[in-house]
Amino acid sequence: MNREPRPQQPTSLAPVFARLCMRQVLLRARRPVEVFQPFLFFALVILLFPLGLGPAPERLAVFAPAILWITALLANLLGIEGLFRQDLEDGTLDQLLSAPQSLYFLLLPHLLAQWIVSGVVLAVCSPLFAYGLSMSSGGAWVLVGSLLLGSGAMTILGALGAALTVGLRRGGMLVSLLVTPLYVPILIFGTGAVDAALEGRDAQPVLALLGGILAAGIALGPLAISAALRISVEN
Amino acid sequence: MSVLLEAIDLEIERGGRCLIDGLRLEVAEGDLVYVQGVNGSGKTTLLRVLAGLSRFSHAGTVRRFVDCLYLGHQSAVKTLLSPRENLLLHASGESFGGTDAVDTALKEVGLYGYEDVPASRLSAGQQRRVNLARLFLSARPLWLLDEPFTAIDSDGIGVLEQQLARHVRGGGAVVMTSHQPLQRVAASKTVILGDHNAARQPGTVVGLSDAP
Repeated sequence: MNREPRPQQPTSLAPVFARLCMRQVLLRARRPVEVFQPFLFFALVILLFPLGLGPAPERLAVFAPAILWITALLANLLGIEGLFRQDLEDGTLDQLLSAPQSLYFLLLPHLLAQWIVSGVVLAVCSPLFAYGLSMSSGGAWVLVGSLLLGSGAMTILGALGAALTVGLRRGGMLVSLLVTPLYVPILIFGTGAVDAALEGRDAQPVLALLGGILAAGIALGPLAISAALRISVEN
Repeated sequence: MSVLLEAIDLEIERGGRCLIDGLRLEVAEGDLVYVQGVNGSGKTTLLRVLAGLSRFSHAGTVRRFVDCLYLGHQSAVKTLLSPRENLLLHASGESFGGTDAVDTALKEVGLYGYEDVPASRLSAGQQRRVNLARLFLSARPLWLLDEPFTAIDSDGIGVLEQQLARHVRGGGAVVMTSHQPLQRVAASKTVILGDHNAARQPGTVVGLSDAP
Protein backbone atom coordinates (compact mmCIF):
# COMPACT_ATOMS: atom_id res chain seq x y z
CA MET A 1 0.00 0.00 0.00
CA ASN A 2 1.22 3.42 -0.92
CA ARG A 3 1.60 5.33 2.31
CA GLU A 4 1.67 8.73 0.68
CA PRO A 5 -0.93 11.06 2.10
CA ARG A 6 -3.49 12.07 -0.46
CA PRO A 7 -2.85 15.47 -2.02
CA GLN A 8 -5.50 18.01 -1.27
CA GLN A 9 -6.64 21.25 -2.80
CA PRO A 10 -6.50 24.20 -0.46
CA THR A 11 -9.91 25.44 0.57
CA SER A 12 -10.58 29.09 0.00
CA LEU A 13 -11.61 31.20 2.93
CA ALA A 14 -13.58 34.14 1.54
CA PRO A 15 -16.73 32.25 0.41
CA VAL A 16 -16.77 30.28 3.67
CA PHE A 17 -16.57 33.53 5.60
CA ALA A 18 -19.35 35.04 3.49
CA ARG A 19 -21.64 32.05 4.07
CA LEU A 20 -21.06 32.13 7.83
CA CYS A 21 -21.80 35.88 7.92
CA MET A 22 -24.99 35.35 5.96
CA ARG A 23 -25.93 32.59 8.37
CA GLN A 24 -25.49 34.93 11.33
CA VAL A 25 -27.59 37.58 9.62
CA LEU A 26 -30.42 35.13 8.94
CA LEU A 27 -30.30 33.65 12.44
CA ARG A 28 -30.41 37.08 14.06
CA ALA A 29 -33.10 38.33 11.69
CA ARG A 30 -35.36 35.43 12.62
CA ARG A 31 -35.20 36.45 16.30
CA PRO A 32 -35.76 40.21 16.22
CA VAL A 33 -36.57 40.27 19.94
CA GLU A 34 -33.04 39.12 20.76
CA VAL A 35 -31.57 41.65 18.37
CA PHE A 36 -33.29 44.53 20.14
CA GLN A 37 -32.75 43.21 23.66
CA PRO A 38 -29.46 45.04 24.38
CA PHE A 39 -30.89 48.24 22.95
CA LEU A 40 -34.06 47.99 25.01
CA PHE A 41 -32.03 47.32 28.13
CA PHE A 42 -29.81 50.32 27.34
CA ALA A 43 -32.80 52.59 26.76
CA LEU A 44 -34.70 51.44 29.86
CA VAL A 45 -31.81 51.76 32.29
CA ILE A 46 -30.85 55.20 31.01
CA LEU A 47 -34.44 56.37 31.33
CA LEU A 48 -34.36 55.32 34.98
CA PHE A 49 -31.51 57.67 35.88
CA PRO A 50 -33.45 60.95 35.59
CA LEU A 51 -36.03 59.38 37.88
CA GLY A 52 -33.45 58.42 40.47
CA LEU A 53 -31.15 61.43 40.26
CA GLY A 54 -33.88 63.99 39.74
CA PRO A 55 -34.48 65.88 36.53
CA ALA A 56 -32.09 68.79 37.20
CA PRO A 57 -30.18 69.10 33.90
CA GLU A 58 -26.89 70.27 35.39
CA ARG A 59 -26.82 67.29 37.75
CA LEU A 60 -27.59 64.78 35.00
CA ALA A 61 -25.05 66.34 32.67
CA VAL A 62 -22.24 65.70 35.17
CA PHE A 63 -22.98 61.99 35.31
CA ALA A 64 -24.07 61.52 31.70
CA PRO A 65 -20.82 60.06 30.29
CA ALA A 66 -20.55 57.57 33.14
CA ILE A 67 -24.23 56.64 32.94
CA LEU A 68 -24.06 56.02 29.20
CA TRP A 69 -20.84 54.06 29.39
CA ILE A 70 -21.74 51.87 32.36
CA THR A 71 -25.11 51.07 30.85
CA ALA A 72 -23.48 50.15 27.55
CA LEU A 73 -21.07 47.91 29.46
CA LEU A 74 -23.93 46.15 31.25
CA ALA A 75 -25.87 45.77 28.00
CA ASN A 76 -22.82 44.13 26.49
CA LEU A 77 -22.45 41.80 29.45
CA LEU A 78 -26.12 40.88 29.30
CA GLY A 79 -26.02 39.04 26.00
CA ILE A 80 -22.45 37.82 25.85
CA GLU A 81 -22.79 34.91 28.24
CA GLY A 82 -24.96 32.86 25.89
CA LEU A 83 -22.93 33.61 22.78
CA PHE A 84 -21.78 30.03 22.23
CA ARG A 85 -24.22 28.12 24.46
CA GLN A 86 -26.76 27.14 21.81
CA ASP A 87 -24.05 26.37 19.30
CA LEU A 88 -22.48 23.96 21.75
CA GLU A 89 -25.78 22.27 22.47
CA ASP A 90 -26.91 21.81 18.89
CA GLY A 91 -23.54 20.69 17.53
CA THR A 92 -22.72 23.82 15.56
CA LEU A 93 -19.47 24.23 17.47
CA ASP A 94 -18.41 20.70 16.59
CA GLN A 95 -18.87 21.58 12.94
CA LEU A 96 -16.87 24.79 13.26
CA LEU A 97 -14.10 23.11 15.17
CA SER A 98 -13.78 20.21 12.74
CA ALA A 99 -13.76 22.49 9.68
CA PRO A 100 -10.48 22.63 7.79
CA GLN A 101 -10.28 26.43 7.83
CA SER A 102 -8.66 28.40 10.59
CA LEU A 103 -10.99 28.80 13.52
CA TYR A 104 -9.80 32.38 13.83
CA PHE A 105 -11.74 33.39 10.73
CA LEU A 106 -14.67 31.08 11.34
CA LEU A 107 -15.32 32.83 14.66
CA LEU A 108 -15.25 36.35 13.30
CA PRO A 109 -18.86 36.29 11.99
CA HIS A 110 -20.05 35.34 15.48
CA LEU A 111 -18.13 38.19 17.06
CA LEU A 112 -19.11 40.65 14.38
CA ALA A 113 -22.81 39.90 14.74
CA GLN A 114 -22.61 40.18 18.51
CA TRP A 115 -20.70 43.45 18.30
CA ILE A 116 -23.24 44.99 15.93
CA VAL A 117 -26.21 43.97 18.08
CA SER A 118 -24.75 44.88 21.46
CA GLY A 119 -22.38 47.68 20.52
CA VAL A 120 -22.81 49.42 17.20
CA VAL A 121 -26.53 49.94 17.60
CA LEU A 122 -26.06 51.44 21.06
CA ALA A 123 -23.16 53.61 19.95
CA VAL A 124 -25.10 55.01 17.02
CA CYS A 125 -28.13 55.81 19.17
CA SER A 126 -26.15 57.11 22.14
CA PRO A 127 -26.18 60.84 21.14
CA LEU A 128 -29.95 60.73 21.41
CA PHE A 129 -29.73 59.48 24.99
CA ALA A 130 -26.88 61.88 25.72
CA TYR A 131 -29.16 64.70 24.66
CA GLY A 132 -31.86 63.30 26.90
CA LEU A 133 -29.40 63.41 29.82
CA SER A 134 -28.59 67.05 28.97
CA MET A 135 -25.01 66.24 28.02
CA SER A 136 -23.48 69.07 26.03
CA SER A 137 -23.46 68.23 22.35
CA GLY A 138 -19.70 68.84 22.10
CA GLY A 139 -18.99 65.33 23.31
CA ALA A 140 -21.39 63.51 21.02
CA TRP A 141 -18.92 62.38 18.36
CA VAL A 142 -16.35 61.28 20.91
CA LEU A 143 -19.11 59.40 22.73
CA VAL A 144 -20.04 57.52 19.56
CA GLY A 145 -16.41 56.81 18.71
CA SER A 146 -15.45 55.65 22.18
CA LEU A 147 -18.51 53.40 22.40
CA LEU A 148 -17.79 51.87 18.98
CA LEU A 149 -14.18 51.08 19.84
CA GLY A 150 -14.88 50.10 23.42
CA SER A 151 -17.83 47.84 22.66
CA GLY A 152 -15.72 45.99 20.08
CA ALA A 153 -13.05 45.31 22.66
CA MET A 154 -15.65 44.36 25.29
CA THR A 155 -17.32 41.94 22.88
CA ILE A 156 -14.03 40.14 22.26
CA LEU A 157 -13.18 39.93 25.95
CA GLY A 158 -16.71 38.86 26.81
CA ALA A 159 -16.66 36.21 24.09
CA LEU A 160 -13.49 34.84 25.65
CA GLY A 161 -15.29 34.52 28.99
CA ALA A 162 -18.27 32.93 27.26
CA ALA A 163 -16.02 30.45 25.45
CA LEU A 164 -14.28 29.45 28.67
CA THR A 165 -17.53 28.81 30.52
CA VAL A 166 -19.72 27.47 27.73
CA GLY A 167 -19.30 23.90 28.93
CA LEU A 168 -20.49 24.72 32.45
CA ARG A 169 -24.13 24.43 33.30
CA ARG A 170 -24.44 27.72 35.13
CA GLY A 171 -21.79 29.92 33.64
CA GLY A 172 -23.75 33.17 33.72
CA MET A 173 -22.49 34.68 36.93
CA LEU A 174 -19.02 33.32 36.34
CA VAL A 175 -18.70 35.13 33.04
CA SER A 176 -19.55 38.43 34.71
CA LEU A 177 -16.98 37.80 37.42
CA LEU A 178 -14.32 36.81 34.91
CA VAL A 179 -14.92 39.56 32.44
CA THR A 180 -15.90 42.65 34.43
CA PRO A 181 -12.36 43.30 35.73
CA LEU A 182 -11.13 43.16 32.16
CA TYR A 183 -13.75 45.71 31.13
CA VAL A 184 -12.47 48.21 33.70
CA PRO A 185 -9.68 49.79 31.62
CA ILE A 186 -12.05 50.13 28.68
CA LEU A 187 -14.61 51.85 30.87
CA ILE A 188 -12.02 54.22 32.31
CA PHE A 189 -10.66 55.19 28.91
CA GLY A 190 -14.15 55.43 27.45
CA THR A 191 -15.56 57.82 30.03
CA GLY A 192 -12.19 59.60 30.09
CA ALA A 193 -12.42 60.34 26.40
CA VAL A 194 -15.93 61.74 26.68
CA ASP A 195 -15.04 63.83 29.73
CA ALA A 196 -12.01 65.22 27.93
CA ALA A 197 -14.14 66.24 24.97
CA LEU A 198 -16.70 67.86 27.26
CA GLU A 199 -14.00 69.84 29.05
CA GLY A 200 -12.58 71.01 25.75
CA ARG A 201 -9.41 68.91 25.99
CA ASP A 202 -8.11 66.72 23.20
CA ALA A 203 -9.85 63.34 23.32
CA GLN A 204 -7.78 61.77 20.59
CA PRO A 205 -5.00 60.23 22.72
CA VAL A 206 -7.57 58.41 24.83
CA LEU A 207 -9.49 57.26 21.76
CA ALA A 208 -6.20 56.02 20.33
CA LEU A 209 -5.64 53.96 23.46
CA LEU A 210 -9.11 52.44 23.07
CA GLY A 211 -8.33 51.75 19.44
CA GLY A 212 -5.13 50.07 20.48
CA ILE A 213 -6.99 47.80 22.90
CA LEU A 214 -9.44 46.92 20.13
CA ALA A 215 -6.66 46.24 17.62
CA ALA A 216 -4.90 43.95 20.06
CA GLY A 217 -8.24 42.27 20.77
CA ILE A 218 -8.92 41.64 17.09
CA ALA A 219 -5.44 40.25 16.55
CA LEU A 220 -5.22 38.02 19.62
CA GLY A 221 -8.79 37.61 20.88
CA PRO A 222 -10.04 35.07 18.35
CA LEU A 223 -6.93 32.95 18.95
CA ALA A 224 -7.67 32.84 22.68
CA ILE A 225 -11.37 32.22 22.03
CA SER A 226 -10.47 29.35 19.68
CA ALA A 227 -8.30 27.74 22.32
CA ALA A 228 -10.98 28.24 24.97
CA LEU A 229 -13.62 26.64 22.76
CA ARG A 230 -11.37 23.68 22.05
CA ILE A 231 -11.00 23.12 25.76
CA SER A 232 -14.75 23.50 26.28
CA VAL A 233 -15.75 20.87 23.71
CA GLU A 234 -13.04 18.49 24.86
CA ASN A 235 -14.23 15.27 26.48
CA MET B 1 -4.45 3.63 -2.28
CA SER B 2 -3.36 6.40 -0.05
CA VAL B 3 -3.90 6.82 3.63
CA LEU B 4 -6.49 9.36 4.75
CA LEU B 5 -6.21 8.93 8.50
CA GLU B 6 -3.96 7.11 10.86
CA ALA B 7 -4.01 6.58 14.57
CA ILE B 8 -0.94 5.19 16.24
CA ASP B 9 -0.87 3.74 19.74
CA LEU B 10 -3.99 5.57 20.70
CA GLU B 11 -4.84 5.45 24.39
CA ILE B 12 -7.99 7.08 25.67
CA GLU B 13 -9.07 7.31 29.28
CA ARG B 14 -12.28 8.83 30.55
CA GLY B 15 -13.46 9.13 34.11
CA GLY B 16 -10.66 6.96 35.39
CA ARG B 17 -11.45 4.11 33.05
CA CYS B 18 -9.26 3.17 30.17
CA LEU B 19 -11.50 3.00 27.12
CA ILE B 20 -8.98 2.36 24.42
CA ASP B 21 -5.55 0.96 24.96
CA GLY B 22 -3.08 0.96 22.13
CA LEU B 23 -5.33 1.20 19.10
CA ARG B 24 -3.56 1.24 15.78
CA LEU B 25 -5.80 2.18 12.91
CA GLU B 26 -5.08 3.11 9.34
CA VAL B 27 -7.91 4.32 7.16
CA ALA B 28 -7.17 4.31 3.45
CA GLU B 29 -9.19 5.16 0.37
CA GLY B 30 -12.04 2.74 0.00
CA ASP B 31 -12.13 1.75 3.66
CA LEU B 32 -15.30 1.47 5.66
CA VAL B 33 -14.37 1.08 9.29
CA TYR B 34 -17.15 -0.11 11.54
CA VAL B 35 -16.69 0.67 15.23
CA GLN B 36 -18.59 -1.70 17.47
CA GLY B 37 -19.17 -1.65 21.18
CA VAL B 38 -21.79 -1.46 23.88
CA ASN B 39 -22.98 1.84 25.37
CA GLY B 40 -20.18 3.52 27.22
CA SER B 41 -17.45 1.61 25.49
CA GLY B 42 -15.97 4.78 23.99
CA LYS B 43 -17.26 4.85 20.43
CA THR B 44 -18.20 8.51 20.48
CA THR B 45 -15.01 9.42 22.29
CA LEU B 46 -12.95 7.57 19.70
CA LEU B 47 -14.68 9.36 16.84
CA ARG B 48 -14.23 12.75 18.47
CA VAL B 49 -10.55 12.05 18.93
CA LEU B 50 -10.24 10.97 15.30
CA ALA B 51 -12.08 14.13 14.19
CA GLY B 52 -9.71 16.34 16.19
CA LEU B 53 -12.48 17.59 18.46
CA SER B 54 -10.84 16.03 21.46
CA ARG B 55 -7.21 16.98 21.32
CA PHE B 56 -5.66 17.04 24.72
CA SER B 57 -6.80 14.09 26.74
CA HIS B 58 -5.43 11.14 24.88
CA ALA B 59 -2.06 9.58 24.30
CA GLY B 60 -0.74 8.58 20.93
CA THR B 61 -0.88 10.19 17.52
CA VAL B 62 -3.80 10.93 15.26
CA ARG B 63 -3.04 12.24 11.82
CA ARG B 64 -5.62 13.33 9.31
CA PHE B 65 -4.28 13.88 5.81
CA VAL B 66 -7.53 15.15 4.34
CA ASP B 67 -10.54 17.23 5.37
CA CYS B 68 -13.01 15.25 7.38
CA LEU B 69 -16.75 15.45 7.74
CA TYR B 70 -17.88 14.76 11.28
CA LEU B 71 -21.49 13.96 12.08
CA GLY B 72 -22.11 13.69 15.78
CA HIS B 73 -25.14 13.03 17.94
CA GLN B 74 -26.24 16.64 17.65
CA SER B 75 -27.48 17.50 14.22
CA ALA B 76 -26.16 21.09 14.04
CA VAL B 77 -29.49 21.99 12.47
CA LYS B 78 -30.78 25.44 13.44
CA THR B 79 -34.52 25.31 13.95
CA LEU B 80 -34.85 28.95 12.92
CA LEU B 81 -33.66 28.12 9.41
CA SER B 82 -35.31 25.98 6.77
CA PRO B 83 -33.63 22.74 5.66
CA ARG B 84 -32.46 24.46 2.49
CA GLU B 85 -30.95 27.38 4.42
CA ASN B 86 -29.38 25.01 6.90
CA LEU B 87 -27.45 23.36 4.09
CA LEU B 88 -26.75 26.37 1.87
CA LEU B 89 -25.39 28.24 4.88
CA HIS B 90 -24.04 25.27 6.73
CA ALA B 91 -22.61 25.61 10.23
CA SER B 92 -19.19 24.54 8.97
CA GLY B 93 -19.25 27.09 6.15
CA GLU B 94 -18.75 24.25 3.70
CA SER B 95 -19.93 24.86 0.15
CA PHE B 96 -22.55 22.51 -1.20
CA GLY B 97 -23.03 24.07 -4.62
CA GLY B 98 -26.21 25.91 -5.39
CA THR B 99 -29.82 25.56 -4.46
CA ASP B 100 -30.39 22.84 -7.05
CA ALA B 101 -27.76 20.57 -5.59
CA VAL B 102 -29.15 21.09 -2.10
CA ASP B 103 -32.72 20.40 -3.20
CA THR B 104 -31.63 17.19 -4.93
CA ALA B 105 -29.89 16.05 -1.77
CA LEU B 106 -32.95 16.87 0.33
CA LYS B 107 -35.01 14.79 -2.07
CA GLU B 108 -32.57 11.91 -1.63
CA VAL B 109 -33.11 11.90 2.12
CA GLY B 110 -36.87 12.11 1.72
CA LEU B 111 -37.43 15.75 2.57
CA TYR B 112 -39.02 16.68 -0.74
CA GLY B 113 -41.60 19.36 -0.06
CA TYR B 114 -39.99 20.36 3.24
CA GLU B 115 -37.22 22.52 1.77
CA ASP B 116 -38.74 25.78 2.96
CA VAL B 117 -40.45 24.69 6.16
CA PRO B 118 -38.74 26.02 9.31
CA ALA B 119 -36.75 23.16 10.79
CA SER B 120 -38.53 23.69 14.09
CA ARG B 121 -41.60 22.10 12.48
CA LEU B 122 -39.72 18.96 11.46
CA SER B 123 -39.64 15.79 13.55
CA ALA B 124 -36.46 14.58 15.22
CA GLY B 125 -35.88 12.08 12.45
CA GLN B 126 -36.44 14.69 9.78
CA GLN B 127 -33.99 17.06 11.44
CA ARG B 128 -31.40 14.33 11.42
CA ARG B 129 -32.14 13.76 7.76
CA VAL B 130 -31.35 17.41 7.04
CA ASN B 131 -27.94 16.81 8.53
CA LEU B 132 -27.51 13.52 6.68
CA ALA B 133 -28.22 15.26 3.38
CA ARG B 134 -24.62 16.47 3.70
CA LEU B 135 -23.54 12.97 2.76
CA PHE B 136 -24.98 13.62 -0.68
CA LEU B 137 -23.28 16.99 -1.01
CA SER B 138 -19.94 17.09 0.73
CA ALA B 139 -16.69 16.80 -1.17
CA ARG B 140 -14.74 15.90 1.95
CA PRO B 141 -13.15 12.49 1.49
CA LEU B 142 -13.12 11.23 5.06
CA TRP B 143 -16.40 10.73 6.87
CA LEU B 144 -16.59 10.19 10.62
CA LEU B 145 -20.17 9.26 11.41
CA ASP B 146 -21.37 8.76 14.96
CA GLU B 147 -24.57 6.71 14.94
CA PRO B 148 -25.83 8.10 11.65
CA PHE B 149 -28.85 5.80 11.62
CA THR B 150 -30.37 6.92 14.93
CA ALA B 151 -34.02 7.94 14.48
CA ILE B 152 -33.96 6.99 10.79
CA ASP B 153 -36.50 4.52 9.44
CA SER B 154 -35.41 1.38 7.62
CA ASP B 155 -35.96 2.75 4.12
CA GLY B 156 -33.85 5.76 5.04
CA ILE B 157 -31.12 3.52 6.35
CA GLY B 158 -31.13 1.67 3.03
CA VAL B 159 -30.60 4.91 1.10
CA LEU B 160 -27.82 5.96 3.45
CA GLU B 161 -26.04 2.63 3.23
CA GLN B 162 -26.09 2.88 -0.54
CA GLN B 163 -24.59 6.33 -0.31
CA LEU B 164 -21.86 5.05 2.01
CA ALA B 165 -21.08 2.32 -0.50
CA ARG B 166 -20.93 4.88 -3.32
CA HIS B 167 -18.60 7.11 -1.32
CA VAL B 168 -16.26 4.27 -0.49
CA ARG B 169 -16.22 3.09 -4.10
CA GLY B 170 -15.37 6.60 -5.22
CA GLY B 171 -12.16 6.62 -3.20
CA GLY B 172 -13.50 8.06 0.03
CA ALA B 173 -13.40 6.47 3.43
CA VAL B 174 -15.88 6.11 6.28
CA VAL B 175 -15.41 5.48 9.98
CA MET B 176 -18.76 4.90 11.62
CA THR B 177 -20.46 3.62 14.72
CA SER B 178 -23.87 2.03 14.77
CA HIS B 179 -25.97 -0.32 16.80
CA GLN B 180 -27.65 -1.72 13.72
CA PRO B 181 -25.60 -4.17 11.69
CA LEU B 182 -24.80 -2.98 8.20
CA GLN B 183 -26.89 -4.74 5.62
CA ARG B 184 -26.24 -3.35 2.18
CA VAL B 185 -22.59 -2.52 2.53
CA ALA B 186 -19.70 -4.47 3.99
CA ALA B 187 -17.20 -3.06 6.44
CA SER B 188 -13.59 -3.48 5.38
CA LYS B 189 -12.37 -3.17 8.97
CA THR B 190 -14.11 -3.60 12.30
CA VAL B 191 -12.97 -2.09 15.56
CA ILE B 192 -14.54 -3.79 18.54
CA LEU B 193 -14.28 -1.83 21.74
CA GLY B 194 -14.19 -3.62 25.06
CA ASP B 195 -17.17 -3.89 27.35
CA HIS B 196 -16.15 -2.06 30.49
CA ASN B 197 -19.37 -2.74 32.27
CA ALA B 198 -18.84 -6.47 32.18
CA ALA B 199 -16.13 -8.22 34.08
CA ARG B 200 -14.07 -8.67 30.98
CA GLN B 201 -10.50 -7.47 30.74
CA PRO B 202 -11.09 -3.74 30.97
CA GLY B 203 -9.96 -1.22 28.49
CA THR B 204 -8.60 -3.13 25.59
CA VAL B 205 -9.50 -3.08 21.97
CA VAL B 206 -10.86 -6.56 21.67
CA GLY B 207 -10.40 -6.92 18.00
CA LEU B 208 -9.43 -5.16 14.83
CA SER B 209 -10.29 -7.34 11.92
CA ASP B 210 -9.50 -6.88 8.27
CA ALA B 211 -12.16 -8.28 6.01
CA PRO B 212 -10.82 -10.05 2.95
